[in-house]
This record gives sequence, C-alpha cells and structure tokens, in this order.
Amino acid sequence: MGTTTAIRTKTYVGERIRRKEDPRLITGTATYVDDIQMPGMHHASIVRSPHAAARIKGIDAKRALETPGVVAVFTGADVKEVGPVPCGASLPGLRVPQHSILARDRVYFVGHPVAVVVATDRYVARDAVDLVEVDYEPLPAVADPERALEPGAPAVHPEWPDNVAFTYHQEGGDVNKAFAGAEVVVKQRITSQRLIPTAMETRGVVADWRAGDKALTLYSSTQIPHLLRTLVAMMLGLAENRLRVVAPEVGGGFGSKLNVYAEEALMGFVAMRIGKPVKWIESRRENFAATIHGRGHVDYFELAANKDGTILGLKLKLIQDLGAYHQLLTPAIPTLSVLMIPGVYRFQNVFCDIVGVFTNCVPTDAYRGAGRPEATHGIERMVDILADELKIDAAEIRRKNFVRPDEFPFATATGLSYDSGNYAAPLDKALEIVDYNRLLEEQQQARKEGRLVGVGISTYGEICAFGPSPATPAGGWESGSVNIDPTGKVTVATGASPHGQGEETTFAQIAADELGIDIDDVVVVHGDTAIVSYGIGTFGSRATAVGGTAVYFALQELKKKIGTFGAMLLDSGDVSYRAGRCICNKTGKSVSLSEIAAASYRAMKLPPNTEPGLVSTCFWEPPNFTFPFGAHIAVTEIDRETGAVSVKRYVAVDDCGKIINPLLVDGQVHGGVVQGLGQALFEQAVYDETGQLVTGELMDYAVPKATMVPWIESSHTETPSPVNPLGVKGVGEAGTIGASPAIVNSVVDALSHLGVQHLDMPLTPERVWRTLQQHGGQA
Amino acid sequence: MIPQSFDYSAPATLKEALAQVSSGAKPLAGGMSLVPIMKLRLAAPEQLVDLGRIPELNYIRKEGSELRIGAMTTHYQIESSPLVRADCALLGETAGRIGDVQVRNVGTIGGSVAHADPAADYPAALLALGASLKLVSTGGERVLAAAQFFLDTFTTALDPGELIAEVRVPVSSGAGTAYVKLAQPASGFALVGIAARLVRAGNRIGSAAIGVTGVGPKAYRASEVERLLAAGKPTREAALHITGGIDVNSDLHASAEYRRHLASVYAARAIELAWSRTE
Repeated sequence: MGTTTAIRTKTYVGERIRRKEDPRLITGTATYVDDIQMPGMHHASIVRSPHAAARIKGIDAKRALETPGVVAVFTGADVKEVGPVPCGASLPGLRVPQHSILARDRVYFVGHPVAVVVATDRYVARDAVDLVEVDYEPLPAVADPERALEPGAPAVHPEWPDNVAFTYHQEGGDVNKAFAGAEVVVKQRITSQRLIPTAMETRGVVADWRAGDKALTLYSSTQIPHLLRTLVAMMLGLAENRLRVVAPEVGGGFGSKLNVYAEEALMGFVAMRIGKPVKWIESRRENFAATIHGRGHVDYFELAANKDGTILGLKLKLIQDLGAYHQLLTPAIPTLSVLMIPGVYRFQNVFCDIVGVFTNCVPTDAYRGAGRPEATHGIERMVDILADELKIDAAEIRRKNFVRPDEFPFATATGLSYDSGNYAAPLDKALEIVDYNRLLEEQQQARKEGRLVGVGISTYGEICAFGPSPATPAGGWESGSVNIDPTGKVTVATGASPHGQGEETTFAQIAADELGIDIDDVVVVHGDTAIVSYGIGTFGSRATAVGGTAVYFALQELKKKIGTFGAMLLDSGDVSYRAGRCICNKTGKSVSLSEIAAASYRAMKLPPNTEPGLVSTCFWEPPNFTFPFGAHIAVTEIDRETGAVSVKRYVAVDDCGKIINPLLVDGQVHGGVVQGLGQALFEQAVYDETGQLVTGELMDYAVPKATMVPWIESSHTETPSPVNPLGVKGVGEAGTIGASPAIVNSVVDALSHLGVQHLDMPLTPERVWRTLQQHGGQA
Repeated sequence: MIPQSFDYSAPATLKEALAQVSSGAKPLAGGMSLVPIMKLRLAAPEQLVDLGRIPELNYIRKEGSELRIGAMTTHYQIESSPLVRADCALLGETAGRIGDVQVRNVGTIGGSVAHADPAADYPAALLALGASLKLVSTGGERVLAAAQFFLDTFTTALDPGELIAEVRVPVSSGAGTAYVKLAQPASGFALVGIAARLVRAGNRIGSAAIGVTGVGPKAYRASEVERLLAAGKPTREAALHITGGIDVNSDLHASAEYRRHLASVYAARAIELAWSRTE
C-alpha cells in the first residue's frame, strides 16, 4: 500500500456539466407515478363539483356501485375520521375553514372533490363517476376578490359573511412623515392575475397498504415527501413510522406540489379500506380546476418621492384572492410579497395592509416566486411610473435608489437583512448588452416613423434559500448525507427533493470536487422517506443553498475521517487530502479513497476513537435567507393596428451568487423568464361571475409555446453569499420574478408618450388595442 | 382524460369504411378535434372507424385544371407539397399556419373540413379558391361546392353515411394569394383568418375572392369587399366591409368589437400581400 501519483486537477463546480438526470428523462425510461404498476392495483376517479357553491342534498351511488368492476364509492360521510387538509401557515386571527378531504354538506368551488369511485379498471372508474348522482342545490357564488369584499356579496363560508379570512399589517419607519414631506406621490392599482401552474406532469398518487405490517406506502408527485409523510400520517391516524412516502420522478411542480392535498390522504384511506393498492392520476382538466393556482392579487400602491427621484416611502393595500380554502401555505404567500416590497431600493418607510379574501375558487398558494413576483411587479412598475412622472431615465432612477454595495448586510424596513449585493453591476451589464443609449435613439427614430417601440427595465431582488427555521412554517434547515461504500463509490442523499432542477448533477459536482473524484463515481438519491433522512423539500430556490450546504458540511466531516484513516494507513502524522488521495506530506506516499474506504469497513485496525465506515449526515440550519438579484431588459414593439406585442429582445443578467453549473443556471433562467413572460402576455385563469372556470383546459389557457418565446440573452454577475460556504444564493425563481415587470414596463414605455401610465396583465392584443384607442394612438 | 368506451376499427379500404359509416360509425380522421372532444366527454360515439389506414384517401394529384387532394392528406403533406406550392400556393400557405407542427403532422384536410370549426383555417382558403368537395357514401358520390358545404357552426351538408373523399381545388394560375391570421394563443385557432385571391388586370384588381374564418358562426366569402375591390375602391376602405352582415363572435379571447376591427386590418393585410404576389 502507498504509491505516489499525479495530482488530479480537474474540478466540476463552475463547469457546464450535462445533467445526469437527462438520459433517463429523454429516453422515456424515467418512472413517474403513472408508470407504477402493482399486482391487484385498483384505480380511483373523483366526482367533483360542477358548481362554485351548492348545498349537497344527497348522493346516490347505487348505479355506480352496480357497474361491473366498481368495488367502492366513498363520500364525505365515509371519511369523517380522516383529519382535515392541513394549513401550515399561522397568522394572528386567521379564519381556517374546516377542509375535509371530501365535501360534507356543501361545495365551495368548481372541482371540489365530492366522492371517489374505486374500480378494478381506470376506465370503469371514470365511467362510474358519471353515474354517481349528486343532488346539488346551487347557491350564489362569488369569484372576484374585490366583489367578495362588497357588502351583500355571497358568503363563501356562511359563518364569515364578510369573506375576510385575515387582515395583516406590517410597517417600518414613518410612512406618514415620508408622505407628508414628499414632493411627489404616484398611485396605481396593479393586479397580478390568477395563474395556473401547469406542471407538465399532473398530480398522481399510488397508495399501497400492507395490512400485515400495518404499513402504508404513498407514491406521490410531490415536492415535499417528508412533510407529506408527517401530515398524511396525522390525517390518517397512522404512526409516522408506518408511512413511507416516495416521490418518484416528478414532472415539474413550480410550487403546485409544495402541498398536502386531499387526494393524497384520500388514496391512503382508500387503500386501507379496500386492502389493495390504488392509483389516482389527475387529468389536465382536474389539474386546472383542483390543483392550486398562483398569484391573484389586487394591489393599491402609493409611492412618495422627491423631485430628484429619491424614493421616500411606499404604501400598499394588498387584496389576496385566497380561494375557498387554505391549502398548505395559502395565507402566507402575500406576506412574502410584503416582506420583499422594498425590492432593491434603500427607502425605509413602508406601510402595508393585506386583506385575505375567500372566493368560490380553487385555493391559491405558492407558484414559482410565491409572492415575490407580485411584489417585484408592483415596485418595478411603481418605479417606472415615478420615473415617467419626473421625466427621469428608468435606469437612472433605479441607480439613485439602489442599496449601495457598502451598505450590506442591509436592514430593510420590512425586517430583513439582505446578505450581499451589487445592484448596479447587473444593470450596467444589461444596459451594455442592449446598447441602451443607441436603443433609446432608435426608439426616438421609431416614434418619428409612427412605430411603437418600448424599452423596459426591471431590477429585481428576491428572497431565497428558505430559510432560517424560526422564519418558516415547518423548519428551514435541510439534511444531507454522504455514504462512501467499501469500494469507494459515493452516494449523496439529500432531503431536498428535486423534481427537475438538476441537483443529481450539481450535488454530484460538489461531492466530486470535495472528494477529488470522478463525477460518475457519485450518485445522488432523494425523494424516498425510507432512504433519505428527514428533509424539508425543494421550493423557494432553497435546494442548493440549503440542501447543497448540508451536503457540503457532511463532506467536510467525512473528509476529516478519511484523513484519520489515511494517516493511520500511511503511518504518518502529517497528511493532506488532494485529488482523491490521502498523501503523506513528508514522503509523498499516498493512499486512494477506495483503499481508505475498504480499510474503514474491513476494520482490521481502527484509528483511536474512530468508528468503522465512512458515513456522515448533516442537518444544516441556515443563519439567514439569501437575496439574489438581477436586471432584465425587454425591447418590445406594438402592432399599432392590432395591439399585438412582439418581444424584440430580452436580456437577463442574473446574480445568483456563486454558480455551480452555468448550464443549469441558464436553464432555470430560460424557464423562469418564459413563465414570467407567460404571465405578462398570455396567461390568466378566468372564472366567470358564477364561479365557473372558463379557462378550464389548454385550449383556452395560453401557456407560452416555443414559437411564442423570444431569444433570451442570458448573462450573469457573481456576488457570493456570505450565508453559506458555497457562496450560492438560488436561481429557480429569478427569471419569473424579473420577467413580468420588464415586459410590462417595456410595453407601457412604448405607449407612455400617449399618456399611458399602466397596463394590467396579460397584455393581450385586445387590451393593448383598447388602450391605444382610449389614448388616441390607434392607427 | 379518459373517453367513454367505444368500438374501433381501421379498415384498409374506403368501401369497408363507408359500410361502417352507413351503419352509424363515426369517422375518425387525424383525431385532432374529435379525440379531445371525446376525452372531455363532450362526444361519446359508440363506434369509431379510423380512416387513417386507407391509402386511397391519401394523395395529391393534378387532374386537368384541378388539384385533387385525398381527404386523409395531412396538413404537413399539403404544406410541403411542391405541386400545391406551384399550383395552389394559398392552400399550402394556409396548411402551414394550422396549429403547430404536431397537429400538422397528424391532422388531415378532410377531418378539418368535416368538423367545420368556425375558427378552422382551411375553410377560408377553400371558399376563396372556389374549391369543391367529393362526398361519397355507399349509395354513390356527389360533388358539392365548398360554398354550399359549410352550413353553420360545426354543421355541414354531409348526409348521414357520407364521407369527404376528396378536396378539389382549381389550379390557381395568374392569381396572387395570401392567408394571414391572428392565432388564439392557447389553441392556435384563428381569432381572425383571411384568405385572399386576387387577379390583376393591368394596374388594378380585376377580380377578388376573400374567405374569412374565425369571425362569424361559419367561414364565409366577403362578397361586398370583393365587389368594392373589383370596382377599384382602395384596399383599406373596402376592407372595412369585411364583417358586413355577419353576426361576429365574441369570446374570452376577443370581443366582437375587437374581432370586427381585427378582421378589417387582416383583410387589408391579406389583400395587400396577395396584390404584391400578383403577376
């Protein structure tokens, strides 16, 4: 034993490493929930309310039960023992409706689950759903949150006729003084419309009950397998150690699977009742009607400033459309908007009121950005409105108000401590990429020719890496384990449950670099409570900054132990670990990681006070959130005759701290920008005044397609975070947060010389055309 | 989404297919409209006869002064056909604007025409081209002008037991043509689609044929616009009459007022583009 060897110098962090996940994904060999087959597996299909509000006078399942192949129909009366769908957010005075997994005597939104049909065949189950006769007495419904607040509006929950679920106030500084002393105040009502998250894979659950073991396994398309396990165990009255949750391949979530849904507990209930495995796969129509929606804000903003553009203070009245129930985090989402309302600016006077409103719609909850896109859209629009009012350049007014690089850590008026930043850097870079001054000249020229060209800037700041446990509903730490086999191969287990983000690659990069080994010698596992230590999950751009850091610290612990074994094997008191080998600094002799691993498990001889084996687990608690930022610039042109908007250029300069894998960061930025652009231009969940979901399918709900998306010029600055040793911040939501204000600012800029101050999203051709008509700008 | 159960057959000959259709089977072409409707349970045919394996329904050929296109020819085949490009560019341009690549690879001209969606693209072009349709049944065949075929929203002159076998399009020599549309962003259907066919007479329009889709309960010919163009009225002025007498659609994606405006804008654009392509 003991050889000398060349030092391996290749590292992975910072490189464009192709995703280890992709071969199975692009060859169709990944296993999603719907790919799971089990002997004796039954199929469930759910009877859902066609009414936004109705009393259930009776349910007759006789004809369904007579259908050959149907084994059971369960209704609200059968599931009384099952606990309510949980709300994890707590706010003072929060009204929490009883949320049974199946409706009891009333339904509150279109898509509300009323009964479940279980059959030996998926098609039979679906057919039998149509045979369950539910006697509804329709009731008046209300779908619009401002309408719901009007006196005399239908009460969503009869016990709370004002439809107010909560009010929440947060302030900092002295906003009255700021406004009293201000030279200018601008005001605007700004909406962030309801959106449908539209993950490519809808939800799905397979439940497998082993009566002999009193053990339930739940396969669910979820972002949070461990939290789901704890909460579903409580709902079903199971000991938590009798419930295993597996998140197999998950085809996107965007927050919509950061939840505990009625159907997850319901399938567990069904499997336990029929003693057979049962599968439920959500249809796209169900996904649109019964999986959470995002956004749903009506915001009334006021911004006070001096004539030189210095912002003094902000007032916000935020009306949040909650829908009919609280899902896991529903009421907490608008509080994130308030937290981040100062954006990247220095002003210290903030006064915010939230009214959370019940409506007869599916609940809203976290959707990519979760409260921050709404906040960023608001502040970035208001800054543009102020700039227009004061005739100050949009880039200039931002620079004037940015938190300065030497002010970090920066305490905001909303109680946050921004970790690090250099907000002018991405703005300057983006301006340089678009050639801003020339662009403004071209815009003037275009106006002379009668063309409507706009340049829109958004400089966003966001909060990521959720987060310190006291500031989160369920703990904000993450777990990471590293297990080195006797042959020296490495398995990383993360409690973050990636579902498309690519941590199987980035965490392998981190482990390979720390251990100085080949990336192919590292496997990253996740998403199974039987394999992985308790974890929190993937959401809020936290997986790398929190979960990756947990892995990093587990690796440090392990490296110490590797060094101890190496010193023993080399019989040296002076060793170092480089490039996968433990090296004696005096003789240059070395042993490889696999030799050390073998010796640690064989355990013929152990170093003093050292256990056999090479395994380490870290539960890492972050000391703070991280605060990424960036600058996006959109150039748009409006068809004067039709109002159609075309995006001519899109430049995104994002600073997400240290970059582990630029390829994946680009992917996140691209996807994020496209979703933000979707909100800006195309998407809206529309309920009519009776509470019917008009955009009930992809024929009417317009997610952007490849041909509708501009070329995205993506670039970066790198300002490391001091919060974690990796220096990373998070990038999963940045694109979405930056995009919608960039697009809308651009379109409003194209129209501002006609006197247009604001346009609400989505900027459909008709909406822009009507604005042109009102302002005398039509061709 | 799961449809109700149905019987399915895929005969290899038109004769077999007609026998089944005459006994009540619902014909399945590309399935781009029928299958989604079945999945949503808005339609529940008990028996489907798939026309996709009948070679005699898939062709593009020239006969005399007509292009003859088998009903099961896909949008992509039409879009990419050199014959269509040379002899009836308007139809190829229209096919290329339908839905997306996946739809165009599977959807067929016969299926689209038979479905008679008021926002489908082909009907505008077929009307502007003066196309006709060969309809067949176990009892024989007949040829009907496209203008007589589209009766109302999702309603055609097809009799029970009848299938579209062929689309016949006059060879369009010497004309300038264009199809322009504003697509509904979710579905790709036309909020407004205008097909224009102009024949030049010196420095002015000799004759014009304008087909309109997406605007009213069914596709139609804008005869007043055609008349005004032939009478030498300026394009923009003539185009304002594009929705004359039409009960204009209003929906989530475009109000009647906006659609009316869009129709006149797109009509002008189609006419200008077609004019630029006249010889």
